[in-house]
Amino acid sequence: MDMNDNGQVSGAEILIRSLLREGVDTIFGYPGGAIMPVYDALMDHLDEVEHILVRHEQGATHAAEGYARSSGKVGVCLVTGGPGATNTLTGIADAMLDSTPVVVIAGQIAVDMIGTDAFQEVDFTCVTQPICKWSYQISSPEEISRVVARAFYVAKHGRPGPVVLSIAKNAQTGMASYRPEKLDYIRSYDDDPEIDITRIREAAAAINSARRPFVLAGQGIELGDAQEEFRAFVEKGALPFGCTLLGLSVMPSSHPLNKGMLGMHGNWCNNVKTNECDVLIAVGMRFDDRVTGDLSTYARQAKVIHLDIDPSEIGKNVPVDIPVIGNCRKTLAMLTERLVKVDRSEWDASFDRYRKEEYDRVIVKELYPQEGPLNMGEVVNAVSEATGHDAVLVTDVGQNQMMASRYFRYSRKRSIITSGGMGTMGFGLPAAIGATFGCPDRTVCLFMGDGGLQMTVEELGTVMEYRTPVKMILLNNNYLGNVRQWQELFFNRRYAFTHLMNPDFQVLVSAYGIPSRRVTRREDLADAVREMLSTDGPFFLEACVAEEGNVMPMTPPGQSIDNMLMEC
Amino acid sequence: MEKELLYTIIVHSENISGILNQVASVFTRLQVNIESLNVSASSMKNVHKFTITCKTTARNIDKILKQINKKLDVINASCYVDDEIFKSEIAMFKISTDEFQNCEDTSRLLRGYNTHIVEVTPEYLVVEFAGATEAIDSLYAELDRIGCVRQFVRSGRVAVTASPLEKVSELLSKRERRYMTR
Repeated sequence: MDMNDNGQVSGAEILIRSLLREGVDTIFGYPGGAIMPVYDALMDHLDEVEHILVRHEQGATHAAEGYARSSGKVGVCLVTGGPGATNTLTGIADAMLDSTPVVVIAGQIAVDMIGTDAFQEVDFTCVTQPICKWSYQISSPEEISRVVARAFYVAKHGRPGPVVLSIAKNAQTGMASYRPEKLDYIRSYDDDPEIDITRIREAAAAINSARRPFVLAGQGIELGDAQEEFRAFVEKGALPFGCTLLGLSVMPSSHPLNKGMLGMHGNWCNNVKTNECDVLIAVGMRFDDRVTGDLSTYARQAKVIHLDIDPSEIGKNVPVDIPVIGNCRKTLAMLTERLVKVDRSEWDASFDRYRKEEYDRVIVKELYPQEGPLNMGEVVNAVSEATGHDAVLVTDVGQNQMMASRYFRYSRKRSIITSGGMGTMGFGLPAAIGATFGCPDRTVCLFMGDGGLQMTVEELGTVMEYRTPVKMILLNNNYLGNVRQWQELFFNRRYAFTHLMNPDFQVLVSAYGIPSRRVTRREDLADAVREMLSTDGPFFLEACVAEEGNVMPMTPPGQSIDNMLMEC
Repeated sequence: MEKELLYTIIVHSENISGILNQVASVFTRLQVNIESLNVSASSMKNVHKFTITCKTTARNIDKILKQINKKLDVINASCYVDDEIFKSEIAMFKISTDEFQNCEDTSRLLRGYNTHIVEVTPEYLVVEFAGATEAIDSLYAELDRIGCVRQFVRSGRVAVTASPLEKVSELLSKRERRYMTR
């Protein structure tokens, strides 16, 4: 370790110590010229922190996201400047839209060379400012400790999100004393807003007098670690709820009040009841257009209560009658205290008709077909059942994502990791790798399509090197299935560039020494899933599914959310 | 199409490099032009004050405010329409001394507008005028008609609000008390 006579150490060493002080035990990264001093310092701390060498910097960001989402801790990426830094942009933007706490540390050329278009110079702070929660360039070793403390504070407090630190080469090599720093708060950032008790009273009164209340459960509940508070809230009030894509595991799928997913490919009953309820209670969700459909017809009849920690979400898309700003762990508990028990069994039972109709017209066909090629949904269902509905689901983006989120079942919190806001194809494989480090005691099942897999396929190298126990399930339909479905429905079946000529994926993964199996026949599916789950370490299961399978039901884009197609 | 109004936005932020870029990017994202911008030190050390004007819709101004407020280093942001504020701009004119001397109208104009003469040389004089946007526009138009203006510059708008705006120092010390006792 570099230390001079005055007890000073290099900025690189200070950076590593500062990360350790924040409790960092895993770093996803890729070395390069502008970050080499930090990598060198890292060599002295490998007993305290594990570095996972990804195969592309985008993979590092998604892995950090998967790690953060599965563990509740801050994910950390370490990359070089220039292209190494710009390769992280997709992951940073993804983490921003999905409120994922990630700190991306990128090398930067020395301060005296900045502004000369030096080799691998990119104004990374400027580039990242619009897509992250905070971006800062460290220019001297003296400021490292303070800035790292602030970065972690920002990433995890309030509504979480990505933070970007560029660290100039001279800050890495310069010498300074290491002084641990701790932040109590940031004066310009109200991360734990004061709760307005009047709003709590108003909201409680509205819920108590509601005859047809409906709750929308979002990822904010997971982020606020408020799963138990949410359970108490809905149980005391007998409040049926639907979940956003990112909120699917806030409560077990089997809970009688849990009516499944909201939105475009959600469960029909939820979208119908959104437009029938008298009080709509949104908790830690942001009324994304995939949830609301046409805003002009969305829940117009309902009094809307919105619980969120981020004031900028209030009234952004849907007019809100009673905003309840604050950490939902606190606001939910305060509301629950004021709820009275009301018999709402009739209202609850009114969901059943729509659930039954969706089951009869869509689900039974998708999950239990008697003939023809494998369906995506049936593969998901087989995997979920074989894991006892206890695994962590990671998905890529597209039909695989919608099928997996619809038919996977959840019994524990923090069990779904998917790219919701950005819809980043290629997210799945690296995120699943990250998840195996974030929750090493759980089975991680990754569903992906043949398109998305090939966007970050290089991370098979990471799986190989670390033998990360990812259960990879490729739903191979030789199409960019989701786009193809839209072409079928809305573009007269003109399949513009959605058919993929694919490699032999079995040969591909065998090059990485990853055990694999291809399944095409229904009668082999259960055995293939069993083999996958009983194999130690990674496994690649390729399910050759119906080429033109569709995700149903579906609300056509721009239409009223309850206007769902049950079949094409 | 939704009606556009002229809004004045007042922002307090930390005085750090890059903050202007962060605030400006909110306007870029929504493709709203900034009509005028004044950034300077506030009454509180290390706190900067922005006065920004833009013409946009009520829906956009709501988004703009929320997004500016969301920036980590922004302390607060609020917006006003013209009858909610007292506002001023400053303009400076460099006027050719020859033409000033040869034209009675020029000196009548400068007196009539109550301008302030900053400097007089044999070649030019520098005149300063503070007032409303429209008054500066009309003074410029009249001087320009005479043809004596050699240089013209105007500042962005600065404004104080008619309603009581919470003092940033009070907001920050309240916040500090709340966070230090949590």
